[in-house]
Amino acid sequence: MKRLLAICCYCFGLLLSLSATAAEKPLPPALAPHLEALTEASLSQTIPVLETLEAEGGEAVQPLFLHLLEGDLYFIKSSRQVIAVTESAGKDTFIDMLSGVEIEPLSSRDIKKIRVNNRLRGHLRDAIARLQLGSASASVRESAVRALLSDLDANTLSVIREARLNESAANVREVMDMALALNRLNTAAEASDRIEAIGQLEGSLEGDVRNALNRIADNDPSPQVQQAAQKALVGIEQKVEFYAFIDQLFFGLSLGSVLLLAAIGLAITFGVMGVINMAHGEMIMLGAYTTYVVQLLMPNHIEYSLWVAIPAAFVVSGMAGVLLERLVIRHLHGRPLETLLATFGVSLILQQLVRTVFSPLNRQVASPEWMSGSWEINPVLSLTLNRLYILAFALLVFFALMMLLKKSSLGLNVRAVSQNRSMAKSMGIPTGRVDALTFGLGSGIAGIAGVALSQLTNVGPNLGQSYIIDSFMVVVFGGVGNLWGTLVAAFSLGIANKFLEPVTGAVLASILVLVFIILFIQKRPKGLFPQKGRAAE
Amino acid sequence: MKIKSLAAGVALTIGVSSLSFNVLAADTIKVGVLHSLSGTMAISETTLKDTVLMMIEEQNKKGGLLGKQLEPVVVDPASNWPLFAEKARELLTQEEVDVIFGCWTSVSRKSVLPVLEELNGLMFYPVQYEGEESSKNVFYTGAAPNQQAIPAVDYLMNELGAERWVLAGTDYVYPRTTNKILEAYLKSKGVAEEDIMINYTPFGHSDWQSIVSDIKKFGGAGKKTAVVSTINGDANVPFYKELGNQGVSSEDIPVVAFSVGEEELSGIDTGPLVGHMAAWNYFQSVDTDLNSEFIQKWHAFTGDDSRVTNDPMEATYIGFNMWAQAVTAAGTTDVDAVEQAMIGQEVPNLTGGVAVMNKNHHLSKPVLIGEIQDDGQFEVVWETEGVVAGDAWSDFLPGSKNLIADWTAPITCGNYNVETQSCGGQAN
Repeated sequence: MKRLLAICCYCFGLLLSLSATAAEKPLPPALAPHLEALTEASLSQTIPVLETLEAEGGEAVQPLFLHLLEGDLYFIKSSRQVIAVTESAGKDTFIDMLSGVEIEPLSSRDIKKIRVNNRLRGHLRDAIARLQLGSASASVRESAVRALLSDLDANTLSVIREARLNESAANVREVMDMALALNRLNTAAEASDRIEAIGQLEGSLEGDVRNALNRIADNDPSPQVQQAAQKALVGIEQKVEFYAFIDQLFFGLSLGSVLLLAAIGLAITFGVMGVINMAHGEMIMLGAYTTYVVQLLMPNHIEYSLWVAIPAAFVVSGMAGVLLERLVIRHLHGRPLETLLATFGVSLILQQLVRTVFSPLNRQVASPEWMSGSWEINPVLSLTLNRLYILAFALLVFFALMMLLKKSSLGLNVRAVSQNRSMAKSMGIPTGRVDALTFGLGSGIAGIAGVALSQLTNVGPNLGQSYIIDSFMVVVFGGVGNLWGTLVAAFSLGIANKFLEPVTGAVLASILVLVFIILFIQKRPKGLFPQKGRAAE
Repeated sequence: MKIKSLAAGVALTIGVSSLSFNVLAADTIKVGVLHSLSGTMAISETTLKDTVLMMIEEQNKKGGLLGKQLEPVVVDPASNWPLFAEKARELLTQEEVDVIFGCWTSVSRKSVLPVLEELNGLMFYPVQYEGEESSKNVFYTGAAPNQQAIPAVDYLMNELGAERWVLAGTDYVYPRTTNKILEAYLKSKGVAEEDIMINYTPFGHSDWQSIVSDIKKFGGAGKKTAVVSTINGDANVPFYKELGNQGVSSEDIPVVAFSVGEEELSGIDTGPLVGHMAAWNYFQSVDTDLNSEFIQKWHAFTGDDSRVTNDPMEATYIGFNMWAQAVTAAGTTDVDAVEQAMIGQEVPNLTGGVAVMNKNHHLSKPVLIGEIQDDGQFEVVWETEGVVAGDAWSDFLPGSKNLIADWTAPITCGNYNVETQSCGGQAN
């Protein structure tokens, strides 16, 4: 639940930083000595200072605490004046905390950061949550109460009780009641009180509630209370297991979507054209590096960089693909072994090229804010946003490609050439050009996959190599030449992997999947969905 | 497999051809540098090659050693473990180097070891490792487990009150041995079996969803949970990203890492990692005159003010200076003489205090724990009082608790069994 709060804090922080460009509310002047104490206290002495600030300043210190939590709080070495330094669009804004007024920018040598450690951060989060109980937004109040569930000390409880009296929103009242019931469960002397508290907590998915119930179910002096707790737990555990299953399914789908993205370009070049392209992974890598370059070119617009990177990566990798086809593969038509070796050589050349141009070190590709964090559905189920977007994106790319092959004239030509080259040629289809375009299309899609992968993994010269094996596995398992097969194969391999992983561990899970595919290919050499008819011969 | 060796071959030819150094005047002291400049480990090891070159340059400016100039011989073992042995042999037999600075992964060190012992070479190994080894021909200037892992666990247990433990690591010898030691140590401290979760992942693992979610569930059981990470290399980046995305904050479940330093963090957006920890013997942020001088020199040498320094660099620095002192003391570069002169050598740490080379070829160094800051640096939150002597053989493993290493007379043995009073208590 602290996660929720973190998101809230973040949103709040965002709001603050927006408003911060003008000025911030001034702090009561009486706090000045405590602020100065903050600049002098060592890490272990800071908590009492924060407590005094909270007690005396009340709601007014919330921005101060948020800045401290975010690591934006500094002090001027000469005057011990506490300031907040926030950055937006590459420009630093300096605000004096006491007066709330923006001041002249200072050099980094004149100011010193007020350091925080984990213990302080925990304390700050709780303090901010207590202060947020007075917030105007019901959802902020609700998440504040949830964040406080794990630390129900006397001070917090009295704050919650007080807030409960004036609470208008029903759902916030509910969470507050839950907090109070949790406290009664832990402290009430009468068994009947504790049973009543259990009744109120039934069905709650909060981890703290579950832990408290577990403790009661094992250790309560009264057997009736133990029974009641056990009964409540059964219902909760059922729900938790159900959500855990959904969670795992999502992990599987997400891994599947990565496999799909990596393999889908190959499904075109290898599946439709029949070219064994060992440089496919490097096309993905080129796409990822394109994302990096795009971010370098627009450092102040990281939020939009991916939208530019997607078409850019398509063009870069697509062009590389067309060149590869025209210069190498065309001359090796119908000689799969030579093609394999030649494209492998190309893959090494591309890797070394990237090493020389960019350095052998991994490059840092930033994630836009809208892709960070997770979508909290309930306390036990939350889906990470980057994975969610990539899953949707993979499906989008898949269906767009499907439409392109089914509905466009290029698609018609591609299918014709792949089914019967000489017949297509005699019908007047420029097979050479179609080959180049198809290869470019497959490579371009690999480039798009690179954009997505840059958000999940390291962008480095070896990026492609880690996906080439998986890609071939998916295409072969799904059935060469069949896009639907690729889709089904990617998702079933992803899900199988993720359901095996908790049981066997990550290393063994991938081995088991590989063994399964080998056995499967023995039984059905043409994969899940073999091509039928004369075209398959 | 074929494809891999082909790849290695091509990489090798490229590597070697670009690095063939022209032979200098005959009367020099040759210093071999055996660090991968290509392949997966290039990320970490290239920095150490540069560090050695910087140290050599500086020593030459001071007039070299014994009146001779130092000459670096750089080879590229290309992150290919068997190739490390071949390259070591090449350095010792063809180039006839007097000392080697090299290796990063334990598996590469294990591959070089027989060659060093056969040809009586001398190597300085600058990376934290799993222990359970002491060779006459190797000086270990990185941390042994009792100089990194054990103090870190103590810190989590005593200062943060951790009761449940996740030991997560990459699947190879260093994490497995370290985790074995830690598991035995935790159990000796009364931690129950069900409060320890051990997890291994392959090199370069990128899909951390279910593991992070498992850690979250494991840590949601009401007891304070901490993660001890021996995850190596670039797999750390997606691991920390996933932690951030799933909202595992350092206050709820702190992660302390043994393989994540400034260099590794320079490739990530550290925003979501703030507050997670690392245990090392050196941090760039430590404010001493010696350290800022070293950082300045490093920036001047690389011509890049944003290059960071890290713990293995300090270990290389200490190792190189100790070797230079030992050569001066012995008056020769002969391996046996230098090896004896090494023991007891003292070099000031960059973080303050003095590192001493012990009889077991390990250093005595201070241990620091730092929290990650949003600028990719560490803020020291805890350090040991005084220095900790490196222990070659862990006291917490049944197979090695009676073993010690002592390379001075009368014992002169890397695995001396104090119970049976004989050398060779246990083979590696």
